[in-house]
Amino acid sequence: MTTAITVKDVTIAYRKKPVVQEVSFTVPEGKLVGIMGPNGAGKSTLIKGILGLLPLVSGEVSIYGKPYKSQRKLIGYVPQRESVDWDFPTNALDVVLMGRYGHAGMFRRLRAYDKEFAYACLEKVGMADYAKRQISQLSGGQQQRVFLARALAQDAHVYFMDEPFTGVDAATEKAIVLLLEELKSQGKTVLVVHHDLQTVNEYFDWLLLMNIRKVAFGPTSEVFVPDNLQEAYGGKLLFQKSAAYNAQ
Amino acid sequence: MSHGLWIIITGSLVAASCGFVGCFLILRRMAMLGDAISHAVLPGIVIAFFLSNSTDNVFMLMGATVIGVLTAFFIQTLHTAGVQEDAAIGVVFTSLFAIGVVLVSLFASDIHLDVQHVLYGEIAYVPWDMATLAGVEMPRAVWMISGVFALSLLIVGLFYKELKLVSFDAQMAAAAGIPVVFIHYLLMALVSMNTVAAFESVGAILVVAMLVVPGAAAYLLTDRLGAMLGLSIVFGIVSACAGYIIAVYFDVSISGAMTTSAGLLFMLCFLFSPRYGVVSRVLEQRRLKKAT
Repeated sequence: MTTAITVKDVTIAYRKKPVVQEVSFTVPEGKLVGIMGPNGAGKSTLIKGILGLLPLVSGEVSIYGKPYKSQRKLIGYVPQRESVDWDFPTNALDVVLMGRYGHAGMFRRLRAYDKEFAYACLEKVGMADYAKRQISQLSGGQQQRVFLARALAQDAHVYFMDEPFTGVDAATEKAIVLLLEELKSQGKTVLVVHHDLQTVNEYFDWLLLMNIRKVAFGPTSEVFVPDNLQEAYGGKLLFQKSAAYNAQ
Repeated sequence: MSHGLWIIITGSLVAASCGFVGCFLILRRMAMLGDAISHAVLPGIVIAFFLSNSTDNVFMLMGATVIGVLTAFFIQTLHTAGVQEDAAIGVVFTSLFAIGVVLVSLFASDIHLDVQHVLYGEIAYVPWDMATLAGVEMPRAVWMISGVFALSLLIVGLFYKELKLVSFDAQMAAAAGIPVVFIHYLLMALVSMNTVAAFESVGAILVVAMLVVPGAAAYLLTDRLGAMLGLSIVFGIVSACAGYIIAVYFDVSISGAMTTSAGLLFMLCFLFSPRYGVVSRVLEQRRLKKAT
């Protein structure tokens, strides 16, 4: 089986304090991989490190066997929704079009094809009716779907999504799940930072459990077991579980 | 051509060019970096004056651009090393500006530059300093600011996609392989050049208003980046013309009146913008209350 992502002994530090330490794993092509761990476990940091947005103190990352820098066009990225200013003067379609910039290259204008492609991506996440809507007027879930459409517009092989399920409505959650399934059926590889323990089994084939260090990595059925969870979350898990039960 | 017209043209070009470039500062929440650069370029200008031993604009432009980009670099470096960003801005630009003030007083006898002029500029003197290029005679300041404006339009045109994406989502831009750092310093270089070109006319303090106010007003009126850029140019020109009329009528400082009109224009947008204005929001709330 082809290997999509190789992460080897990656350490990332923030002011000398390691926030990701010696993490290694290998993701075969076509897997939906959840990345889970308590707050501060370094999940987002790991993604940013893989994408070259943060310097690695040590370790190596390769995408389809080559360093990240030469593989950028194979990658789609969905940052956390809160990381951008949604008051920016632009509309939904325009944001999705930004996904085409990397392909167009410097000094080149986007072609008609790019626009059609972007529109089709909006359609896929059920947002075609909102194409011309100013982005600040979209709900949180709709904004998240616009971000997903932008990643689709990147027409990538490997997708990195940072907490796409956080703070979205049920309709958006469902749309994202369908999208993940579709990406998988096309043989794409997707890494998703996730929080909700209840839906892990349902959404992801594979799982990376981490808390600064890797706790476990592999097929969800093997990784998502009490011992591993206890190790990743420690005492916090008991609280989260009881909170989840109370909420039900 | 009459002196008044040259002053209006200079003011319009200054306000249009600064307003245009300033839009990106506003969108990137870096308005204060524009403030910092506009002050910090002073030593660059003085050193260029001294080295070239002339008021050759090209030297001044280069000197100031180098210092402007260095300012942005120093601030970034301090910030990355753990100094708070606003503190880093405060330390870097005041230090550089102070060096400039020291240099001005040191070389005061050699160069025609005094602190008063540096701070407030004197647009009224612009028509007295003419320069001929390719058979066309225009004030030196007009040559310079039109050159800088043309360059700003060209560079923003060439890197429009990249500037837009970096302003909206720098992380995604970096992940997609867009040279975020290069785009950042390119913008800083443009801001520096505009600052220098505007500096003689409106001085180091008012140039900040030119960088920020037209774009901030335009931001209130539109939901599209292209329209925001266009409107900021229009607002710049309108405030320059209105300011000149006010200045002549009341016999007050021209650059002061131009900046004041820009401020008034902003207030009008703030109050009456159809979508984001205070008045329209209050009316909308009343309408909703009545409906329920």
